[in-house]
Amino acid sequence: MKHSISVANLDSEQAVSTPAETALVVRDVHKSFGAQHVLDGISLTVVHGETLAVLGRSGTGKSVLLKLIIGLESMDSGSICIQGQEIAGLGLNGMNRLRIKMGFLFQHAALYDSLTVAQNVAFPLERHTKMSASERGARVIELLRSVGMERDLGKMPSDISGGMQKRVGLARALALRPEILLLDEPTAGLDPITSGEIDDLVLKLQEEHALTTVVVTHDLQSARAISNRLALLDRGKVVLEGTYQELAESNDEFVREFFKRAS
Amino acid sequence: MESTSTSTGTTINRSLEWFGDLGIFSWRVICAAITRPFEFREIVRQFDEIGSKSLPLVALSGAAIGTVLALESRSSLVRFGAKSMLPAAIIYTIIHEMGPIVTGLVVSGRVGAGIGAELGSMKVTEQIDAIEVSAVNPYKLLAFTRILACIVVLPLLTLVTDFCGVFAGWVATTLADPITFHRFLNKGLAGVNFSDFLAPTFRTCVFGLIIGLVACFQGMRTKGGTEGVGRSATSSVVLSSLFVILADVILVKLIIIFFP
Repeated sequence: MKHSISVANLDSEQAVSTPAETALVVRDVHKSFGAQHVLDGISLTVVHGETLAVLGRSGTGKSVLLKLIIGLESMDSGSICIQGQEIAGLGLNGMNRLRIKMGFLFQHAALYDSLTVAQNVAFPLERHTKMSASERGARVIELLRSVGMERDLGKMPSDISGGMQKRVGLARALALRPEILLLDEPTAGLDPITSGEIDDLVLKLQEEHALTTVVVTHDLQSARAISNRLALLDRGKVVLEGTYQELAESNDEFVREFFKRAS
Repeated sequence: MESTSTSTGTTINRSLEWFGDLGIFSWRVICAAITRPFEFREIVRQFDEIGSKSLPLVALSGAAIGTVLALESRSSLVRFGAKSMLPAAIIYTIIHEMGPIVTGLVVSGRVGAGIGAELGSMKVTEQIDAIEVSAVNPYKLLAFTRILACIVVLPLLTLVTDFCGVFAGWVATTLADPITFHRFLNKGLAGVNFSDFLAPTFRTCVFGLIIGLVACFQGMRTKGGTEGVGRSATSSVVLSSLFVILADVILVKLIIIFFP
């Protein structure tokens, strides 16, 4: 059952909104792994500059949704449009052109463990810009300063904490000045204080870079802090979509249970 | 009986699936290899990682086989009154067969396990996904560079094995029956021509291809956390060693046909 609440909550037909306003449209997407149906006809729309938090229990396909958007997994059916461009059927080069416009923060940061913090952040810059070494160095320091990690340039990922790794991952995701930011569980496994710091950081970066953000999380407080709108997933479907207030006031049994447990 | 045939069928299916996946993987690596950028810096890094760091191990292995060959062959040749053939026997055996195959097996052990574990670990910690998300082709950055390094480095390492084997063979020989190194080489190389050296040495390019390809493939398809990484490292060594030996059988036959 799916309840329509906000203006931006569009069903399959409505999802074809004005490309100028729409950053991301996910329409009737299905994805299975063997006999397991992970996403069962999910539809979402994110407009430019908006932050959408995708919530749900573990194993409901939240991370899979992000991997479909970034092209790490391929969907069984449906459509995903990023800035007006359909990703199904895009070749590797086409997908890579889109990926440059997107930043992705992995759940466990996924820093390259053979590279230092600075080298991790410089990795996309080395490959996709014609910056000189000094320009690149300056940009790396600027990015690390924006996430409060400028003093740890030479450290290896194994020498820093989980929260610090997420900060570096965020700096790396922002290196190519993306227009869309995808965050996979940015506060998972962190203590409440570090989670709050990450939330503040995401808010600050959204403001500074005018980003469109999709954040996957099961942390309701984090979702409330950083998003304009929330979508609640259950069994591969969007159960409800709207503002935090609208979801909190919902009479849907699953939504009420989720809010009760998560609060 | 029925369960035996079912299990045989499953094994055959799995093997065919493995070869099919390996074919797809190879095709992706080839496609990645012919497009820019060529990742020269990473290729040089892999030459060092795979080549320079394997040098002590292959040198030691070469010296060991040279010594063993000298000690073992000596008693046999003395028994048949052919002691003067000892240098030729040592040199011919080393450059024709022992040098290439020992290098192949030693490198498949060291490098195969290393690549399998490294890429496996990168796979389970989503580092390979992170490379892909950064719009960089992991088949080029991770697989092609390592496979190319293996192909180029194996013949060079074989030269080191050959030299160390011959030198250690001379040392072991001269301890029992003094002979100068110059004379040892002259006697040993008298019956050997260039094709005896060239074809066996360059067949290790095929060994390099097998080691690099199998190890990268096993590493990049790792599943199941740290246990999966262990499995990938083990299977990389086992499969690459097995295929190196099988390839050696075929290549020896081909060399005999084309360089009689």
